[in-house]
Amino acid sequence: MSAHDHHLDGHLPHEPEKATLEGRNKILGFWLFLGAETVLFGTLFAAFIALRHQTLDGPTPDHLFELPMVFAATMILLVSSLASVFAVQALHQHKVKAMIVWLIITILLGLSFLGLEIYEFNTYVSEGHKLTTSAFSSSFYTLVGFHGAHVAFGVLWIGLLIAQIFKKGLTVVTAPKIYVSAIYWHFIDVVWVFIFTVVYLMGKVG
Amino acid sequence: MAAHAHTVKRYRGLMDWLTTVDHKKIGILYLIAGGLFFLVGGLEAVLIRIQLIKPMNDFVGADTFNQLITMHGTTMIFLAAMPMLFALMNAVIPLQIGARDVAFPFLNSLGFWTFFAGGVLLNISWFAGDIPDAGWTSYVPLAGPMYAGGHGVDYYLMGLQIAGIGTLLGGINFMATIINMRAPGMSFMRMPMFTWTIFITSALIVFAFPVLTVGLVALTFDRLFQANFFETGNGGNAVLWEHIFWVFGHPEVYILILPAFGVISEVVSTFSRKRLFGYSSMVFATVLIAFLGFMVWAHHMFTTGLGPVANGLFSIATMLIAVPTGVKIFNWLFTLWGGSISFTSASLFAIGFIPTFVMGGVTGVMLAVAPADFQYHDTYFVVAHFHYVIVGGLIFGIFSGLHYWWPKMFGRVLNEKLGKATFWTFFIGFHMTFFIQHFLGLIGMPRRVWTYLPGQGFDTMNAVSTVGAFLMGIGTIIFVVNVIVSAANKKPVADDPWEDGRSLEWSIPSPPPEYNFKQLPLVRSYDAWWNEKQKGNTEMPPAEPVGPIHMPSPSILPLIMSIGLFAAALGFMYDHLIIAIAGLVVTFGSMFCRSVFDDHGFHIEPEEQEKGVHA
Repeated sequence: MSAHDHHLDGHLPHEPEKATLEGRNKILGFWLFLGAETVLFGTLFAAFIALRHQTLDGPTPDHLFELPMVFAATMILLVSSLASVFAVQALHQHKVKAMIVWLIITILLGLSFLGLEIYEFNTYVSEGHKLTTSAFSSSFYTLVGFHGAHVAFGVLWIGLLIAQIFKKGLTVVTAPKIYVSAIYWHFIDVVWVFIFTVVYLMGKVG
Repeated sequence: MAAHAHTVKRYRGLMDWLTTVDHKKIGILYLIAGGLFFLVGGLEAVLIRIQLIKPMNDFVGADTFNQLITMHGTTMIFLAAMPMLFALMNAVIPLQIGARDVAFPFLNSLGFWTFFAGGVLLNISWFAGDIPDAGWTSYVPLAGPMYAGGHGVDYYLMGLQIAGIGTLLGGINFMATIINMRAPGMSFMRMPMFTWTIFITSALIVFAFPVLTVGLVALTFDRLFQANFFETGNGGNAVLWEHIFWVFGHPEVYILILPAFGVISEVVSTFSRKRLFGYSSMVFATVLIAFLGFMVWAHHMFTTGLGPVANGLFSIATMLIAVPTGVKIFNWLFTLWGGSISFTSASLFAIGFIPTFVMGGVTGVMLAVAPADFQYHDTYFVVAHFHYVIVGGLIFGIFSGLHYWWPKMFGRVLNEKLGKATFWTFFIGFHMTFFIQHFLGLIGMPRRVWTYLPGQGFDTMNAVSTVGAFLMGIGTIIFVVNVIVSAANKKPVADDPWEDGRSLEWSIPSPPPEYNFKQLPLVRSYDAWWNEKQKGNTEMPPAEPVGPIHMPSPSILPLIMSIGLFAAALGFMYDHLIIAIAGLVVTFGSMFCRSVFDDHGFHIEPEEQEKGVHA
C-alpha cells in the first residue's frame, strides 16, 4: 500500500472494501480461512455421521429432535443472512445508517438463534442427553456446539464492528472488516443448512 | 503530508525481536526455535539409539523409551521440520516474488509465537514429569483416558493444537502473499520453483490442518470432559481416530517434502548454471502430488482391516504418486546433465538428496503393495522408509537451502570446508543408520519396542545403526560450529554471492534492507535476474519511481496472545478453570485491541533509504 491510498477518505470508491491492497489481501485471506473452516466442519460432520447411530441407552434423535423449533431457528438464521446481504448493499451505496440498521438486525436475529439453541440444549440435557451419554451425543454436541460458538463469535465480532463504524465511520479501513464479517456470516448460515439436513432431518427419518 | 505524521515507536535489541513483524526477522526466529527443537529431537534420537545398541540393554527403561519415541517423532515433525521450512519460506518467498513483505505481517508474527508457545508447552512435559508416551500418532485406545492416565497425552494435544494455529495462519498468509503480492510482470508461470512448491504446500496446510484440529479436539473432549468419540464401550470408534489422523497425516508428509523439492530445484539449477529442465512439468507434477496426497491416507491402515477393495484402491492410488515424483527426479537429472556443476555444500546436499530420496520412494512403492505391507507393517522397514524420505529428503533439502540462502539471510557465507564436512558426516551417518534398518525390518525386528533378545541376528546391525546416529550428530555439531565461525567472520557479502543467482532475491543486498526493494522490480521472464544479467544489466528494471515506503508497525500483541493460549491450555489440563478463563481473556482481549486500534504503520522516506536502513 502506498501513501496516496489515504487520500481516498472523503470520496469513497464504489467498493471501498477492495480499494486498498490491504483490503484485497484481507478478503482473499478470509476466503482461504473459510476454506480451512469448511474442512474443519467437514471433519466434524464425518465424525457425526460415523457415530450418529451409537445412542446406547440415551435418547435417540427421533425422540429428541423437535422439528418445528429447529425449523424456526433455521428460518431465523437464513433471514439474518439476508439482512447481512442488505448491509453489504448499503455499504456499496455508502448508506452508513442503513448499513448499521441491517447489521443490528443481523445480530439480533443471531442472538435469537442462540437463545433457541441454548433452550434446545437445556431441554436435551434434562431429557438425559448429555455430552457424556453416548458417542452420538458427544459428536452431536461437538458439531452443533462448534457451530453455535461460531454464531456467538460472529455476534460479538459484528457488534464490535458496529461500534467501530460509529467511532471511525465508513472508510477503506473499516469497509473490508464489514465485508469479511458478512461472508463469515453467510458461511455460518451454509453450515447450518447442512446441520439441519444431516443432523435433524436425517435424524428424524433414521 | 498528514499521512506521514504517525510516529511509531521502534524498538531495539530484545524488544525488537519480540515485536517484529518483518518477515526476514520472523524467518530467523523460526530458524532459531526450529533449530533448538531439532537439537532436542536429535538428542532424543541418540538416546533411543543408545538404548538399542545391544540386546537387553537397560540404558533407559521401557516407559522412558516410549516417551522418547513419542517426543522424538512429534518434535521432529511439528517443532523442527515444519518451523525450519517456515524459516526458509519467510526468508525467501517475499524476496523471490519481489514483494516488500507478506500479505499479513501481524499474522506472520502471531503464527511464529503460537508455534513457539505450543512447542514449549509440549516440551515442558519433560519437567512436569507427565510425558506423552502413546507414539506420535497417538492411536486410541492407547492414548485414551483408560490407558494413558495422567497428563502426558494432554500435553501432546494442547501443544499441537496451539502450534497448529500458527501453522494454519502461516499457510493462509503465504497463499494470499503469493496470489496477491507478486511484483509486476511475475505471472504464475514465471514464479521460481521454490515459490511454486510453497504455494502448493500452503494450500495443503490450509486443507489438511483443520482435520488435525478436529481430531485433537475430539480426543481432548474424550480425555478432559468424558466424551465418547473413541470410547468403544460407549459407542465410540477407535478406527475413526486412525482415519482422522491420517487424512491429516498423509498430506502432512507432502507439506514437508514439497518445499524440499523446491529447494532442490533452485539449488540444482543455480549450481548447474542451467534453466531448470521441464519447468512446467515440474509445476504440474507438484500440483498432482498434492492432489493425490489427499486420497492415499488409508495406506497407513492396510492392516486395520478395511477390506480388500479399500486396500486395493488405496494401494493403486499410492503407487500413482510415483509417476509425478519420477517426473521430478528426471527433471533434476536432466538439469544437471551437461551443466557446468559447482560442488558447493548446498549443491552437495542437493545432489545427495536425489539418490537418497529415490531409495525412500522405492521402499514407498514396496509398502504400497498391500499384501506385502502385512509383512513390513510395524517393523524397522517402515522406520527406514520414512527416515529416508524425511531425513534423506526433507532434512537434506533444508541443509541445502540453509547453505544456499545463508548469505541472503545473515549477510555471511557459511564456511565451505565445514559445510562439506557437515555433508559427508551427515550423509554417511544417515545411510549407516537407516540403510541397515531395512534389513532389520525384513528379518522381523518390530518398531517401538524398547529392547530385543540376543541371538536373533539383530545385534550387529543395531550396533552399526547406532554408530551412524552418532555420525549424524557429529555432522549437526559441525553445522552449529560453522554457524558460530561464520558469525565471527565480519567480511561483507555481495548481493549475488554465488554469482549464478537466478531469481529476484539475488538482485538486492545481503541481508536486504527492511523494505526489501527500494523500487518494486519489473519481471520480464522466468529466471528474471539471470536473464537481466545475460542482457548485461546490473540491476532489475524498476516498476515504480522512488518514493516513501509504507511499513507496518511492530507489535507485542502476538506474543501476549500466545502466552494467553499457553496459560489457558495449562489451566484446562490441570482443572484450574480460573487460569484457563484468564488466559482466554488475555488472548481475546488482544484480538479486541488489534481490531479497535488501527495500525497506521509508518513511512520510510527516500532520503532515509539512501542511508540504507538495514534489517
